[in-house]
Amino acid sequence: MSNRTTNLLVPIISVILGLLVGAVIMLVSGYNPLEGYAALWNGIFGDMYTIGETIRQITPYLLAGLAVAFAFRSGLFNIGVEGQLIVGWFAAAYVGVAVELPKIIHLPLAIIAAAAAGALWGFVPGLLKAKFHVHEVIVTIMMNYIALHVTNALIRTVSGGGDRTESIFASASLRSDFLENLTEFSRLHLGIILALIMVGVMWFILEKTTLGFELKAVGFNKNASQYSGMNVNKNIILAMVISGAFAGLGGAMEALGTFEYVSSKGGFTGIGFDGIAVALLGMNTPLGVIFGATLFGSLKYGALNMPNAAGIPIEIVEIVIAVIIFFVASGYIIRLLLLRASAKKKEAK
Amino acid sequence: MTKRKFGLGLSLMLAAGTMLAACGSEEDTSTGETGGGEGTEETSDFSVAMVTDVGGVDDKSFNQSAWEGIQQFGEENGLEKGDGGFDYLQSASDADYNTNLNNLIRRDFDVVFGIGFLMEGAVAEIAEQQPEAQIAIIDAVVDAPNVASVLFKEQEGAFLAGVAAALMTETNKIGFVGGMEIPVIERFEAGFLEGVATVDDSIEVDVQYTGAFDKAELGKTTANRMYSAGADIIFHAAGGTGNGVFTEAKERKEADPEANIWVIGVDADQYDEGQTGDANVTLTSVLKRVDTAVKNISEQAMAGDFPGGETITYGLSDEGVALADSRGAIPEDKMAQIEEYKQQVVDGEITVPETVE
Repeated sequence: MSNRTTNLLVPIISVILGLLVGAVIMLVSGYNPLEGYAALWNGIFGDMYTIGETIRQITPYLLAGLAVAFAFRSGLFNIGVEGQLIVGWFAAAYVGVAVELPKIIHLPLAIIAAAAAGALWGFVPGLLKAKFHVHEVIVTIMMNYIALHVTNALIRTVSGGGDRTESIFASASLRSDFLENLTEFSRLHLGIILALIMVGVMWFILEKTTLGFELKAVGFNKNASQYSGMNVNKNIILAMVISGAFAGLGGAMEALGTFEYVSSKGGFTGIGFDGIAVALLGMNTPLGVIFGATLFGSLKYGALNMPNAAGIPIEIVEIVIAVIIFFVASGYIIRLLLLRASAKKKEAK
Repeated sequence: MTKRKFGLGLSLMLAAGTMLAACGSEEDTSTGETGGGEGTEETSDFSVAMVTDVGGVDDKSFNQSAWEGIQQFGEENGLEKGDGGFDYLQSASDADYNTNLNNLIRRDFDVVFGIGFLMEGAVAEIAEQQPEAQIAIIDAVVDAPNVASVLFKEQEGAFLAGVAAALMTETNKIGFVGGMEIPVIERFEAGFLEGVATVDDSIEVDVQYTGAFDKAELGKTTANRMYSAGADIIFHAAGGTGNGVFTEAKERKEADPEANIWVIGVDADQYDEGQTGDANVTLTSVLKRVDTAVKNISEQAMAGDFPGGETITYGLSDEGVALADSRGAIPEDKMAQIEEYKQQVVDGEITVPETVE
């Protein structure tokens, strides 16, 4: 079997397997898998509204995935994307509510505020890692809780005791009448363009700049990088700051696009944690993140339609979606099996 | 390398696309037919549906209560679950509210309920986009001509709970466990504190917020601290977190059946939650009749009288909030005292504050 056919077969087989196992689960629980998958399909691509909402859902996943992937490439495991996203969300919403400025200043200002807040939240674990060798996993996990409760407290203060801020001024909004009319009033917003630009930015930093080269070198081997004269500490901090900025932008998508406000939360949004899976599915490459985020976002959003149109309980739906993602992620196993199978054939000949 | 991976991804997407497309087209035709059949009936029938917040439909609290109200309404009017009857959708995250509300409106339900203050933003947005839809929201006010807002005077129910706790405490120490510090829960707190102080202002009330509605373990540790510090009655207004308060109380009761340990439940009658062996730690519960409210609004809407643009407030006087049957946990003479206080609130002689001073 040639390399090319294997490459083509692996993803097809993994998706088919995922769908089949998902179908079995639905059958066993007494639901019609065909109806279920039809509902999933229609939930993702059914009409302009669902397509718009699917893209809306993909947008924060893209940025969360980029954040995780960028840190990974520098050898850092940023589990704090969730917290960085939450502070970014708050910062963008705050700037959106607090002042009213012309759009050309207000919108970029809110976006920059989100990126800066996320960057600050990434800077702390980066600094601790670089200076005192505190493991970034511990610090970022703790920073998530700090972010959650600090923003909740700030929201209370800003809203005068309420549980959400006012809606942001239109001048800070990423929504556009054009996109809304195009997609029958979905919440699709211009953020997707920003997210895609950021994919390009990450690619550019990593592949075209000295900084990117150094970051990757630190990721491969810290000691060797140090020996060759790179400032490892600086690179660790920078990697966390840039990663945090991506995550903060993810928060801006929610603040300025999807919700247009920030409300106090009883728990994490989950976007930051899903970002880890998105990055790993995409093998930590910018283009891979697009694929991972698209898969995650579409399945997550489309799944909402399964209880709606096919009457399948949300718990079963979540298992089915998890199974599909599981099989896509385990493409390596399928590749191995394919190689074995073709090797045996050769022996038989 | 990168290029190849991109190719991989692309081919995967295409593969998924064609496969799912095949499923989709097959199924579309059959659902289309059945859908058409029902469509003709829909015009004459009345239908109602709700969207839960992230608590889910089996939260033993207001989502569940609302769903019970809808089911009851459905039964009384011979409706069936599904299109043209009654139904619900659960939300896994805040971002799902808009889609779920929209999905139900597109399925032509006559009234769609958004359950919980968390849905305020989504309801406001959808109400503007879908001016024909009739939407009702519980626990929040949305100012739109096609939205009916439902509020409860939680403070009045909690006031009676405070009176009951103050009459029943032996240690003169009482606990309050809240979920998040939001206006709804603060109304519970304010009413409860007022009730305790009305009976005896020397009683200490330890007020703790756990910051979450879904963390039973936090509820348990908080309750542990309060009981250890000498409190004998805890009132919780913390949804699923409150289940931990019950767990802690039950464990103490099991260890020492003579212990004077009580919990006051919230939203629904939580008597079953408090059962441990032959004993029960539930003193009473502050009922919040979301089911009654949902049913009333559905009935009004069916009669063509949907209270769009109005804010309806349920309190003690119309039994929108109440104390649950204590099943003998509170002796009759004290029940009589509680009844007196209740009458004073209903008559307007006592006004219970909404916020803590």
